[in-house]
Amino acid sequence: MSRKNLSGIVQQKGTQHVVMRTLLFLTLGVFCLYYLIPLIVMIATSLKSLEEIRAGSLLSLPQKVTFDAWTKAWSSACVGVRCDGLQPFFWNSVAMVVPAVTISTILGALNGYALTKWRFPGADIIFALILFGAFIPFQVILLPMARTLGVLGLAGTIPGLILVHVIYGLAFTTLFFRNFFIGVSSGIIQAAQIDGAGFFGIFFRIVLPMSLPAIVVTVIWQFTQIWNDFLFGIAFTVGDSNPVTVALNNVVNTSTGVKEYNVDMAAAIIAALPTLAVYVIAGAYFVRGLSAGAVKG
Amino acid sequence: MSDIRLEKVTKNFGATEVIKGIDLAIDPGEFVVLVGPSGCGKSTLLNLIAGLETITGGDIYIGGKRVNDTPPRDRDIAMVFQSYALYPTKTVRNNITFGMVSRNIPKADQDAAVQEISTLLQIERLLSRKPGQLSGGQRQRVAMGRALVRKPDVFLFDEPLSNLDAKLRIEMRTEIKKLHQRLGKTIVYVTHDQIEAMTLASRIAVMDNGHIRQFADPATIYEDPVDLFVAGFMGSPPMNMIPGKIGAQDGQYVVSTSNPDEAPLDFPLPPALYERASAMDGRDVILGLRPEAIFAAGTELPGANRFIFERPVSVVEPTGPDTMILFHHAGLDVVARVRPEDSRPEGTLFSFEADMEKAKLFDAKTTLRI
Repeated sequence: MSRKNLSGIVQQKGTQHVVMRTLLFLTLGVFCLYYLIPLIVMIATSLKSLEEIRAGSLLSLPQKVTFDAWTKAWSSACVGVRCDGLQPFFWNSVAMVVPAVTISTILGALNGYALTKWRFPGADIIFALILFGAFIPFQVILLPMARTLGVLGLAGTIPGLILVHVIYGLAFTTLFFRNFFIGVSSGIIQAAQIDGAGFFGIFFRIVLPMSLPAIVVTVIWQFTQIWNDFLFGIAFTVGDSNPVTVALNNVVNTSTGVKEYNVDMAAAIIAALPTLAVYVIAGAYFVRGLSAGAVKG
Repeated sequence: MSDIRLEKVTKNFGATEVIKGIDLAIDPGEFVVLVGPSGCGKSTLLNLIAGLETITGGDIYIGGKRVNDTPPRDRDIAMVFQSYALYPTKTVRNNITFGMVSRNIPKADQDAAVQEISTLLQIERLLSRKPGQLSGGQRQRVAMGRALVRKPDVFLFDEPLSNLDAKLRIEMRTEIKKLHQRLGKTIVYVTHDQIEAMTLASRIAVMDNGHIRQFADPATIYEDPVDLFVAGFMGSPPMNMIPGKIGAQDGQYVVSTSNPDEAPLDFPLPPALYERASAMDGRDVILGLRPEAIFAAGTELPGANRFIFERPVSVVEPTGPDTMILFHHAGLDVVARVRPEDSRPEGTLFSFEADMEKAKLFDAKTTLRI
């Protein structure tokens, strides 16, 4: 819509304009390259053989494309003493991130809905307290959380890690949904009340379908945070229950044998692919969601 | 059909008293319009009747049943909101059926009800669309359909027409009136538009600052306002309120009005007002004359108690059917309504005729009608 509106705007013409435009695009091009080079190097290196890496320069493109490094990273690289590649840890991450994102998003939506549409005394204070949770540094909660997980019998397990991420994520998800719902007309809730729907009826049948943009933003945010998390992963899981980020670290920082840069690069890309995919698939919604307040429903 | 009764109803938001003790008895099948300026509490009062706000004091009865503690869904009401409040992710059909789905009404009955309502409101073609694809007038119809479909006893309208353009507003106004005539249900309708109030209501409640100033049929509200507020609120352009003093002259009572720079004018009161005027002899009053009570001299059929005077025209405002002529008097712009052909340019000395039979007197201190 905005593209269509802009195309008709009268623009300046003349030599000066052309010079400025050229400069502008030149600058943009340089920045673009600056951001892309690390990715190019990673992909190129992961497709080279070890000999080629040793012989050639960092920036050169692969002479002979080979996927050996990818296969190794996925299924046979050594993580600690176990040599099954990243594969089992990748599925650990999936098994952790899916429930953690789903639960924290639903609870955040419920919180935001209750805090804006079913106002109760002290709602603002409770929101302020929840919001405060978004500013607590990760390190501060490590010890109390470890103790809590121990008491709950969840120490060192994936469910334990899910619990940590759900609790830590609630502050952000509540904030996202609260700010989305504050822009939703209360008349809609009142109309639904008169129509005979209750708290959960209105939430699931009216409010949740309306909040697709907020859901997408929250899911992307939570997915990226939880998938990329390293600290909680290394602190609250052990060995076989490690998420992929911790496993990646173990692959790269292995102290024995030759440094296999191609395998490291492939492993890093594998570990980063899911977040990349989520951005590509839902990215359009992300931008739309951030400006959701400005768009009429 | 249900009656609605409010007894000593009050509502506070924190320390602010918004509704300050309202008594109102609405008969079954009546069309009552709550009208007043922004912030007078009319929408809050409607929300109290709907059950969307909790009452602070007093009692509300719908159909003889006390509903203070009854949630909205059990009050047998339907409401049309100013913002329409349609469910944006649902189709028109599902918007209309949502209330029935919530109440587990069989699918066949739902379909029959949708069929009937969509025919009545002429929205059959729109049933599979989403609210975002509808125009303002269509959304308004769907919102009414959603309210009508459950066949409740009481309809509540919260400024339903204020988001529509002028032409559509007049069309929908007529449709709402027709609907009321056909269905005969009790309606409580909130608006700040006094013309909507006059055209729709069987009785109007004029509200100000949490109180009801007057509750009467439209003709009484217009012709017999209880105080300056009601008189000034109803009517467009508003009633001229000329400050003056009551005095006796040659066996007549007059309202003497003047301004330092202008010649004084003594408006003679009609004999019907003598008795009340005598009690106020020498006191400050406000003389209320509606614009249509002042016209070009000699252009109306002669009548008793006319007062002819001359003033220079200061502003001319043609509206089409009538032309408003403004002149300075007693420190204000007085509006007269004349026929377009009697209009004269600014600055011309103009001969006005006032129908003093229609004059109203208010106490300048208490603002009450004398």
